[in-house]
Amino acid sequence: MSSVVLYTIISLSGLGIAAALMLFLAAQKFKVYEDPRIDQVEHELPASNCGGCGFPGCRNFAEALIKAEDFEGLHCPVGGNETMNKIAELLGKTAVTQDPKVAVLRCNGACEFRPMVNKYDGTKTCSIAAALYGGETGCEYGCLGYGDCVEVCKFDALYMDADTGLPVVIDKNCTACGACVKECPKNLFELRKRYKKDRKIYVACMNEDKGGPAKKSCSVACIGCTKCVKVCTFDAIIMNNNLAFIDSELCRLCRKCAPECPTNSIIEIGFPPKKEKVVDDNTGQTTTALENQTNEENNKLNNIPEN
Amino acid sequence: MLKTFLKGGVHPPENKLSNKSKIKDLPVPQIVRVPVLQHLGSPAKPVVEPGNQVKAGQLIAKNEGYVSSNIHSPVSGKIAKIDDFIDSSGYKRKAIAINTEGDEWLEKIDRSKDHINEFSFSPEEIINKILEAGIVGLGGATFPSHVKLNIPRGKKAEYLIVNGVECEPYLTADHALMLEHGEELITGIKLLKKALKVDKALIGIENNKPDAIKHISALVKNTDGIDVYALKIKYPQGGEKQLIKALLNREVPSGELPVDVGVVAFNVGTTFAVYEAVQKNKPLFERIVTVTGKSVKNPSNFRVRIGTPVSALLEAAGGLPENTGKIIDGGPMMGKALNDLNVPVTKGCSGILVLPENESLRKEIQPCIRCSKCISVCPMGLEPYLLMGLSQHNLVDRLETGKVLDCIECGSCSYICPSNRPLLDYIRSGKAEVSKIIRITKQ
Repeated sequence: MSSVVLYTIISLSGLGIAAALMLFLAAQKFKVYEDPRIDQVEHELPASNCGGCGFPGCRNFAEALIKAEDFEGLHCPVGGNETMNKIAELLGKTAVTQDPKVAVLRCNGACEFRPMVNKYDGTKTCSIAAALYGGETGCEYGCLGYGDCVEVCKFDALYMDADTGLPVVIDKNCTACGACVKECPKNLFELRKRYKKDRKIYVACMNEDKGGPAKKSCSVACIGCTKCVKVCTFDAIIMNNNLAFIDSELCRLCRKCAPECPTNSIIEIGFPPKKEKVVDDNTGQTTTALENQTNEENNKLNNIPEN
Repeated sequence: MLKTFLKGGVHPPENKLSNKSKIKDLPVPQIVRVPVLQHLGSPAKPVVEPGNQVKAGQLIAKNEGYVSSNIHSPVSGKIAKIDDFIDSSGYKRKAIAINTEGDEWLEKIDRSKDHINEFSFSPEEIINKILEAGIVGLGGATFPSHVKLNIPRGKKAEYLIVNGVECEPYLTADHALMLEHGEELITGIKLLKKALKVDKALIGIENNKPDAIKHISALVKNTDGIDVYALKIKYPQGGEKQLIKALLNREVPSGELPVDVGVVAFNVGTTFAVYEAVQKNKPLFERIVTVTGKSVKNPSNFRVRIGTPVSALLEAAGGLPENTGKIIDGGPMMGKALNDLNVPVTKGCSGILVLPENESLRKEIQPCIRCSKCISVCPMGLEPYLLMGLSQHNLVDRLETGKVLDCIECGSCSYICPSNRPLLDYIRSGKAEVSKIIRITKQ
């Protein structure tokens, strides 16, 4: 009886040792060397796997960082400069600093400004609706309002405003990963430079129609009057296809353009109300100038042919 | 036993309300807007300037690239402007607006009603005339016909199939054409046979048009190499691949073209346009459009100039009914709702269908109950419920292996689904995504 137990123990442990030996040899033979720094770098990254850097996930980005000669074009928008500096220190390279960015919606066509001209009855997603037609309002460039961008945002930085029917960016949550930029079928999101106190000034419109039709379909549409271009002292405003665009890299937030816009399509966010003093200094001048402008503006608007 | 295709298919109510209506000429409208993109492929390039005088049939936009098509002025008058205008795509696209003055056609066009049977053109001459006339597939796909007629080297066409199926409910444009222009149609078939250098032509007509079958059969009695087949009523038999399967029992493999199995197929409307282009020198600038719907006063078939606003067609059929929910460009299965009544009629518009509000609205979407009805009706043998799910989750690689690109967008799955799931909507979006990725990787 005892001999049976003994044989069993011996044969089983022999088998175990043999198998362990084989496994050890196989592990030696097929060993894959992995740079230990990948784990270190990955640890520094935010692990959100959002794809904002252009790589499928944080680990792939870490591998790319280790392979890269320099950090040109490699940036983690979520971690920002702080993370990139840490990683650069770890790898003994120099980080390329980038200004932090934030997503903005370039459409202000809330329900009150954009009258509905038809009713959509199909599947309520932006991608399907955009493949079918221009949308429920006369503006085929504007927001459809079915919230594909909200679905795709991993940082809870977007929500749909029930009153306006437009998505709203929560600045403090936005990491500028660019998921919404890719998702929007109308290309309404733009990553703009993030200024102090989240101040923003931008043209909230993508309508490339001529003035008449644009104004007809949406009362806050950019009509391409070029008034903002003329007043800008930093050459930050570009006019293209009847649409103004403020380059956030060149803009110095002087706020001269916004009051010029006849349709209020230039939006200012996060600024204190204009100081009394500034207005007092040039009261006489400003008023006359404004009057002249309104006349000019009316003439211009009247001249625009209605289609 | 009537011929038909084997896989899938549905039989929606036919509702061919206008099948007794003769083709009426619609008055030439005051202003026409002719989109420069009315076909598959690249848009045509305008060759006229605002202010130019044009005659009906004059070239106003020239084809750009091989897969493109010429566009001719449908009316005589003055070019008003070249501007963006909303078309049936639902977006503003470049269109040429012409103010009508009289109705003067180019001298070379034979306006008589006489039927010219004899011809002595070489295949190249016929194809060239078709290219010049800007003929595209009038069944709805609007694929330029000259591309189909130029058989790639190493391949050979054995059969010409003429598609008189008209399987979409409501539509009767092809039916009316077969009844009224049968002789011209036969000459068109002879021309296409010559161009393709084939001996045999088959005409497929669904069995719900017995008068057309009788009429065309009588006409081809003494003609060699043209046969008429009555087909069992089943949607989507008018699909090219389904019709080839039904008539010849040949299956077009996935990703290949009908010419790979020795077949080239044309719609009867296209065949008639070929006759007019070759024998009468008349470019494609008018087509037959069915205006129909249960609430429409006089459902009828009209001969309409390209660029006529849809509102003019509705006016001619007795005005827009009061309780209209949707106006559809095409038939109820594959057509697309219009969002503007000023949308111009294009080469691919076979019908305008008015649906009352209670019929047009979508029903509430319910969860999938895995009944697999969509699989059994899919004429391409796909799994629509699965493709929809994959598309919702953007699993592009699995969509591709699931053969999403084989989908012919017939809508049988959405029609049959007891849970009212928008299967085709998602499949179409997935299909677009897959073809986009294929296009990018090819570059």
